Amino acid sequence: MTAMAAEVEQDPAGETRPVYEISGLTKRYGDFLALSDVDLSLGKGEFASVIGSSGCGKSTLLKIMAGLMPPSAGRVVLDDRPVLGPRADIGMMFQQATLLPWKTAIENIVMPISIREGRSAAKKALPRAQELLELVGLEAAGNKYPDELSGGMAQRVAICRMMISEPAVLLLDEPFSALDELTRDFLNIELQRICEARDATAFLVTHSIPEAVILSDRIFVMQANPGRVGEVIDIDLPRPRSLDMVNTQKFGEIVSHIRGRLDKEGFL
Amino acid sequence: MPTGFQSQQTPGEDTVWIEQDPWIDRVPRSVAMVALFVLIVGLWWGATASGLVSPIILPTPAETWEDIVFVGANILSAGYVLEALWTTTRTVLYGYAIAAGIGFSLGVLVGETKFGERAVMPYLVAIDTMPKVAFAPLFIAWLGFGIASKVALAAFIATFPIVVSTAAGLYAASENERMLFKSIGATRMQTLVRLKLPTGLPYLFTGLKIAAVGVMAGAITGEFLGGGEGMGALIRVSASQLDTPRVFSLIIYLSFLGLAMYLFVVWLQRRLVFWNRGDVPGAIG
Repeated sequence: MTAMAAEVEQDPAGETRPVYEISGLTKRYGDFLALSDVDLSLGKGEFASVIGSSGCGKSTLLKIMAGLMPPSAGRVVLDDRPVLGPRADIGMMFQQATLLPWKTAIENIVMPISIREGRSAAKKALPRAQELLELVGLEAAGNKYPDELSGGMAQRVAICRMMISEPAVLLLDEPFSALDELTRDFLNIELQRICEARDATAFLVTHSIPEAVILSDRIFVMQANPGRVGEVIDIDLPRPRSLDMVNTQKFGEIVSHIRGRLDKEGFL
Repeated sequence: MPTGFQSQQTPGEDTVWIEQDPWIDRVPRSVAMVALFVLIVGLWWGATASGLVSPIILPTPAETWEDIVFVGANILSAGYVLEALWTTTRTVLYGYAIAAGIGFSLGVLVGETKFGERAVMPYLVAIDTMPKVAFAPLFIAWLGFGIASKVALAAFIATFPIVVSTAAGLYAASENERMLFKSIGATRMQTLVRLKLPTGLPYLFTGLKIAAVGVMAGAITGEFLGGGEGMGALIRVSASQLDTPRVFSLIIYLSFLGLAMYLFVVWLQRRLVFWNRGDVPGAIG
């Protein structure tokens, strides 16, 4: 179950071709080394998570992967093209839904299209936005304003906004951590279903070990000072996953193994 | 005073709580407003009728009311008060338009560019701390005794709150929202127009409301000092003739102008910032 980052290149479950390849990624802020020589690759349709205590550089890693920030050294390649800035084939989701309060749910969903391709393209994307709303179970909420939506509904709208550009990869920055536990569990299962329905490649940053385990095919455990990938763990629980699996012995073993890894490094 | 909860529990019954405000908060709004008005006018009448205050300093309510009716008739018959009111209205509107234009532009410069924040803002703060009314003689010297010098003073006073509120509004968009716009490839202009400005609208309107009050003060001060036409000039003349009822009634008609401006801005805010009705500070009704 344990493999060092370098060995991941010969991914045991690597039947699929990698879509995202990161090699030798390093980020310095002045003298501070936020990320040191990170290598990882994501296969098509794979769900991977990165877990680690605060300050281990996982948000920095995500921002570099999203093209929001340049690395100090190293390469980020998505679909054979280097990531040199924000791209339409990268979908992002944040801790907050960040819906624009003056736009309805459906207008928020087509907003990225409107920014990239103009208002008429956004108008043409409305039927697709409605399909996405149906996918997340909000078919009746399209004309509601964000202040009429609950936190969980708002995050589901944010999922649709991310999916509207049909991204090749989803970068999820603790997307449900601001929600209550029940909503969060429900949305995690929803997210799994949506990713499977769209065969999406996803990369999740999280603080929650059970969340990472229930969703992921692979978990990258990051360590701080300098930020690096300490361990890669394959999760071979069967799919589709359900919340009942949390009670299985195997789930417990994986969670406690990861917790032990984090503890040993003196975090949490 | 019996406030808060009163338990009406008796053995064997459900527990029922009745929550009550203190009696003064239970008076209906219209009754409360009329009662307060009557109280103030009563005190006013008492002060003048008892001879405690000289009628030259404070006219009686009846005298003031008579004068309000007289001035009202003058306005309705297109007399000289209407002319003065129109002059002041024009001064205020021109001043407000200029202040909104310059204030908004400078606000965007300060809020959106590093140059504006570093180089322009310190000068704006320095000028803003000066008593701006003191510039009135300069404006009169530069622009003469006509309406232009009054417009300039009114605009000068009203510009600063708009600059500050526009700039503050542009900072209001959250880090996450900025990152979202960056991640979907928005240009700087798109981020400004489609994220930062709409997010900042509630701030801008706060500035516009402060400016609506300031522009009136500027126009009237200009008319006091610069002579010529306008309500300020009428008030100054009446005061110099010790015609205090007239001063009072002119101020009351002037306050309608201020109120109209303010309500217009509140109305506009409610239409434009429909998603943020919860905090419309100072909204009436």
